[in-house]
Amino acid sequence: MATKILMPALSPTMEEGTLAKWLKKEGDTVSSGDILAEIETDKATMEFEAVDEGVLGKILVAEGTSGVKVNDPIAVMLEEGEDASAADEAEAPATADDAGDAQEAEKAPAKAKSSDEGDDVPRPDTSPDWPEGTPMKTQTVREALRDAMAEEMRRDDSVFLMGEEVAEYQGAYKISQGLLDEFGDKRVIDTPITEHGFAGLGVGAAFGGLRPIVEFMTFNFAMQAMDQIVNSAAKTLYMSGGQMGAPMVFRGPNGAAARVGAQHSQDYGAWYASVPGLKVVQPYSAADAKGLLKSAIRDPNPVIFLENEILYGRSFDVPDLEDFTIPFGKAKIWREGSDVTIVSWGIGMSHALEAADKLAEDGIEAEVIDLRTLRPIDYDTVLASVRKTNRVVTVEEGFPVASLGNHLSSVIMERAFDYLDAPVINVTGKDVPMPYAANLEKLALVTFEDVVEAVKKVTYR
Amino acid sequence: MAARKGSASSTKAGANVSADELKQYYHDMLLIRRFEEKAGQLYGMGLIGGFCHLYIGQEAVVVGLEAAAKEGDKRVTSYRDHGHMLACGMDPKGVMAELTGREDGYSKGKGGSMHMFSKEKHFYGGHGIVAAQVPIGAGLAFSDKYKGNDNVTFAYFGDGAANQGQVAETYNMAQLWDLPVVFVIENNQYAMGTSVQRATKSPDFYERGLSYGIAGEAVDGMDVLAVKEAGEKAVAHCRSGKGPYILEIKTYRYRGHSMSDPAKYRTREEVQKMRDERDAIEHVRQLLLTGKHATEDDLKAIDKEIKSIVNEAAEFSKESPEPSLDELYTDIYADAAPQNA
Repeated sequence: MATKILMPALSPTMEEGTLAKWLKKEGDTVSSGDILAEIETDKATMEFEAVDEGVLGKILVAEGTSGVKVNDPIAVMLEEGEDASAADEAEAPATADDAGDAQEAEKAPAKAKSSDEGDDVPRPDTSPDWPEGTPMKTQTVREALRDAMAEEMRRDDSVFLMGEEVAEYQGAYKISQGLLDEFGDKRVIDTPITEHGFAGLGVGAAFGGLRPIVEFMTFNFAMQAMDQIVNSAAKTLYMSGGQMGAPMVFRGPNGAAARVGAQHSQDYGAWYASVPGLKVVQPYSAADAKGLLKSAIRDPNPVIFLENEILYGRSFDVPDLEDFTIPFGKAKIWREGSDVTIVSWGIGMSHALEAADKLAEDGIEAEVIDLRTLRPIDYDTVLASVRKTNRVVTVEEGFPVASLGNHLSSVIMERAFDYLDAPVINVTGKDVPMPYAANLEKLALVTFEDVVEAVKKVTYR
Repeated sequence: MAARKGSASSTKAGANVSADELKQYYHDMLLIRRFEEKAGQLYGMGLIGGFCHLYIGQEAVVVGLEAAAKEGDKRVTSYRDHGHMLACGMDPKGVMAELTGREDGYSKGKGGSMHMFSKEKHFYGGHGIVAAQVPIGAGLAFSDKYKGNDNVTFAYFGDGAANQGQVAETYNMAQLWDLPVVFVIENNQYAMGTSVQRATKSPDFYERGLSYGIAGEAVDGMDVLAVKEAGEKAVAHCRSGKGPYILEIKTYRYRGHSMSDPAKYRTREEVQKMRDERDAIEHVRQLLLTGKHATEDDLKAIDKEIKSIVNEAAEFSKESPEPSLDELYTDIYADAAPQNA
């Protein structure tokens, strides 16, 4: 049976091209792989090869013709022994356009899923994180993180920890203290200084059925591993149609420490929070650090767990329970108030709470919300608070442009515009690389005074 | 694909290879070639979009190495991945339907040519970022070592990827921890348009593991039997707990880097010479005919069978519907633990 040869698309963007030259003439025998013609696309001159064998029966588009549309017939191939007259009845293979027509009816813009179609009343989860009356103990964030890993490693043999200095040195920041002794060097693994490599190796181990905890000495060094985190860990579940993903935790200190300069002082919360496929946690208290890290290790998705060096040594009450976890996407209200909502997370919470104390002295009652997780975000708790206070200040350490505060402002504007009595203010780090000099560094960071000033603005005091 | 072991009574066709095995290699290589030719045709018709990197010319690499693998072994590769998928036994229909972006594709149409996976066949992608699959391959090997089994991972990458920093990082860790991974460098001589000579003054990629203590060797990638033999040696090394091994397999791609590459960086004569003198499929065909292990008619029957497999895959890939619009928001997060290896 004679078949029509169609003008091929030879680049992702080609719609038409020039038939520059025929390299076979009518009557030539053609085998698979032979070059039939040269075709100029929008980018280059390409060789066009035959797929099937046969005889070139008839050339329909002469060489030198420009503006030949993709999928227009350009020649007719005959099977061996077939007469040239068969060329007239040649069939064209089905093209994408045909397939497209059949499915045109289904083409409608995809509709974003939002939890509150119909009415937009926020429904915050106000359940307590642990039962009333639970005995508490005092722990540092550092101890809470170590306990979380130890408990999960006892619970699941496939959990292991790898990173620089995590084993014999007992952790550059002593987070993994004692883990090598308890779990051995099979499960607590010192890596060479090779962030891109061991992040990728961790992703492969997760594909292979293990539950890696990959520690970055700081998240500044994770920039070398960004491709493996974003392109390999976050996207594989989607790209595989749900067949396989990377259940793992990337953790370590994030944000400014003290006097370590620009390359070691950056908050990556907003970066990671922008990536679908990742979950992002940025805890403030020791109890949250523990409960959220345990959830992160059990979560079947890649989790970015952003700790803070300055918070490591701070002590908090932690529930004295054998096993407790805190779910993702559930904010915590640290202080109730009716005059303004302050939304923060991580180290930002210490500025927010300090500011709230100061504001109370001036008769301003701030409601302070700790988001705890940046993906998923608990919008409902924030929106419910906005309905009550009608004023919002967000607090974070990261850069001001494309900050998470920008995102929250946009959501609040879209979903609670009529409840706002003042523009939302984002308090952030300054728009500069972190300076070294003590006075300049202080100026670059967020302070509780910045928060107080912002609250006074939105409350018109 | 069908079992690769020939029956005990079958004719010896060469060193450690039966006539049946040889016929199977011919079958498997030809399937890849015809599949890729059809993919190129569907691309030309606009049924396949975006980037599409064909494997034509390199078929002996994956077919030879799969002949050295056992059930449970893992493989991971770059974006030039169609051949690897067919060679490890993935369904041509599912692969082609992924190329056309349809719901019956391996990734429900959401991955495309460069991003396909099969848990069942231990195929871990299909990675679009050059060399990203190399540490991932070492990590897969790490998981097997951790579990205490004797599985081996094949981590395939090209001569272009061999110059990426994460390959050096991975060599170091793989040897440090004795990971059972075979690093397979498919040296097809061109990293897109840049020849090996223009990219490095250290063109013997198999020697690059030596400074880390990893043994390696160069292999004629146009000879499927040579590839299989080298693969068996590498796999035995890894399985016995001696750590990684490097195979630099010298091969050649006949087509451009991707469908939109006019390949002006080499002459038509250079490509034609490889096709005429070194073609891997023709090599096996001649072994079968001259050794009287198969007749022209036997081979024609194989050709016919493959043509029908490929045509069926192409028809399937056109008829399968586009994914449902609901699929936009599925598979971003797993609710329960994904069932990995």
